[in-house]
Amino acid sequence: MRFLLDAEQREFARSLDGLLTSCDTPAAIRAWAAGDHAPGRALWARLAEAGVFALAVPERYGGFGPLPLDLSVAFAQVGRHAVPGPLVETVAAAALLDRLGDADAAGAHLPGIASGTTVASLCLTALGPYALDADAADTVLVVDGDTLRVGARPGPVQPSADPGRRLSRPSGGTVLAEGPAVAAAAAHAAGLAALATSAQSLGVGRALLARTVEYVKRRTQFGVPVGSFQAVKHRLADTLLALEFAEPLVHGAALALAAGSPDADRDVAAAKVTAGEAAYRAARTALQLHGAVGYTDELDLSLWIRKARPLRDAWGTPAACRARVLAA
Amino acid sequence: MDLDLSEADEAFRTEVRDWLAAHVPATPLPSLESAEGFAAHRDWERELAADRWSVVSWPTEYGGRGASILHWLIFEEEYFAAGAPGRVSQNGIHLLAPTLFAHGTAEQRARVLPAMARGEVIWAQAWSEPESGSDLASLTSSARRAAGGWLLSGQKTWSSRAAFADRAFGLFRSDPDAGKPHHGLTYLMFPLDAEGVTVRPIGRLDGRPAFAELFLDEVFVPDEDVIGEPGQGWRIAMSTTGDERGLTLRSPGRFTAAADRLTALWHEHGDPADTALRDRVADAVIGARAYRLFSYAAASRVLHDEGAPAGAAASLNKIYWSELDIALHETALDLLGPYGELADHAPDSPAHGGWAEGYTFSLAGPIYAGTNEIQRDIVAERLLGLPKGRR
Ligand SMILES: Cc1cc2nc3c(=O)[nH]c(=O)nc-3n(C[C@H](O)[C@H](O)[C@H](O)COP(=O)(O)OP(=O)(O)OC[C@H]3O[C@@H](n4cnc5c(N)ncnc54)[C@H](O)[C@@H]3O)c2cc1C
Repeated sequence: MRFLLDAEQREFARSLDGLLTSCDTPAAIRAWAAGDHAPGRALWARLAEAGVFALAVPERYGGFGPLPLDLSVAFAQVGRHAVPGPLVETVAAAALLDRLGDADAAGAHLPGIASGTTVASLCLTALGPYALDADAADTVLVVDGDTLRVGARPGPVQPSADPGRRLSRPSGGTVLAEGPAVAAAAAHAAGLAALATSAQSLGVGRALLARTVEYVKRRTQFGVPVGSFQAVKHRLADTLLALEFAEPLVHGAALALAAGSPDADRDVAAAKVTAGEAAYRAARTALQLHGAVGYTDELDLSLWIRKARPLRDAWGTPAACRARVLAA
Repeated sequence: MDLDLSEADEAFRTEVRDWLAAHVPATPLPSLESAEGFAAHRDWERELAADRWSVVSWPTEYGGRGASILHWLIFEEEYFAAGAPGRVSQNGIHLLAPTLFAHGTAEQRARVLPAMARGEVIWAQAWSEPESGSDLASLTSSARRAAGGWLLSGQKTWSSRAAFADRAFGLFRSDPDAGKPHHGLTYLMFPLDAEGVTVRPIGRLDGRPAFAELFLDEVFVPDEDVIGEPGQGWRIAMSTTGDERGLTLRSPGRFTAAADRLTALWHEHGDPADTALRDRVADAVIGARAYRLFSYAAASRVLHDEGAPAGAAASLNKIYWSELDIALHETALDLLGPYGELADHAPDSPAHGGWAEGYTFSLAGPIYAGTNEIQRDIVAERLLGLPKGRR
């Protein structure tokens, strides 16, 4: 066995990191929050060009997936740079349409998702009433029980605690499919969404930790860097510990999904709760160790701090995930 | 030992409750972190003051009722239980007023306190500077002697409510050659609309201008606005930080009321099978009760002349309420499930309202009024007698 990312996957991560570093994602988030989707769409196109969405789409529809592990690698970078938009929802929509087994529907949407021209949002009403960023999406899918509707209209935006997330209740749309196949495809999509969200959380947590480590080395009080105080060091060490132990769960869950393992649901749930909590703890630590300046929205750090908690709860709350771990 | 209140205490509670029932606005006022909300809250302060409820523990000559600390605790419990508006005057009431009672002149008390009690003059605390947070004594903004007063220069920051407040109180370096950093500081009051003052609001996490930075360029302050002796600012200011961390800033009523609301939320939305969440709700209720009883014990010590709690005990208080507040709000958000993510102004935001803003505000608790890291050091060194660390 070789439970490590291979050289190609590591290189993929590095190149996405480089790409996103040059993109000024904070400006894109602030614009997104204000309802201006243009910079976010430009970012989306660049991620598509790098192959991110194609990882969720099979070859016959223009992709080279589904590759859950590579998707995890990509979403960790998406989180690290706090990219705005319904990225998780779009890859989950791809998984849903692929699994549904309806060639017309798949043919109508998947090539656009792979190439980045289709931004999708997805709402599974069993998990909550809201679709993320439906106002910015080209297509909105809703699964209600075992009915799948497409082309739903976004409702009025419901501001989230994270201004970069725009929630709304979708309505209407036309029924695309009904029956047990929908429920099975939706469950599969929810699994991939949970996996991508845990990877995204991991990235958010890593970014918060990195920024905080830099800050406590620079910020001096009492004539020394605050990072030299043991209380500060220990909190950061604990943050690293939590993230380091969440990462193998995320990778393990991706492999289980890829293999179609019967334990995949349990493994994804374990990854989701652990990565979500680790990132949220990282946010609390980052805020505390930045002091008052961390509590301002002017500092870009706030964009990551505010993401951590909604991601922890999206696509499976910690309580729901823990229940699934034990139910398996 | 007993926990029973006397008949007179119960009568006081009833009086407070009846007054609040007749006066608390039926619809919540707009957030006090907005110009509109600030004005509405000023009106509320005036209404409180008209019937002497704005500062119950102050002497009557300044607008209070001379109430004991026990009655103050009772007042606060009823105030929060009634869902009454947040106090826009709190910096003045909790920080400046105790300082003036201890160190101010009779003239200062007569001039400042009644207007504060009526909400006519709202005060901001101008202590922190960009480079001086936890290490406050390293502050560099200056007070220079001038005819009949002082000229203030420098930058203050994170000053709560300064975006809309009228005046501020803060520490300035008046003697740069005093040797030790906490020597040669002077405590002064100054108007925020004075010539030479620029106020720049800063958005907090949720974007609301809850604090501001202040740029001071040769701002003239007359001698009568110096609190205590020039050069003695540190000692004077430190006597206030005890109040900030101790009982008065965060009375238990705030948390018992929030725990009651959380309990109601649990009964309404809780899934009985989710025992982990149920346990957290219970822990918040227990925590609020512990804080309440701890506070009653502290009040008893004062009332029965068994000596006020040691200054360092205020650090225990600060750590406890700030962490309780976060736990309480995190639990509420978890209970709300998919609605927990919504901002308070979202159309779907739960009618109980206020949990999102309460949560955001709770996150600041372990930072302001002396960070919890610093408070834990104080507890370890002064209450447990552990050796002093590097600082
Ligand atoms: C909501 C809010 C309202 C505020 N209102 C006001 C106000 O009205 N007026 C005002 O003057 N100020 C106000 N402040 C500022 C507040 O007093 C400071 O934030 C506080 O003193 C901490 O300073 P700092 O933010 O610079 O953090 P820093 O001192 O830079 O600390 C950064 C981190 O290092 C840690 N640290 C620092 N020194 C030590 C040590 N010796 N040992 C261990 N850890 C250490 C801290 O605990 C923190 O985690 C407010 C702050 C907030 C968040």
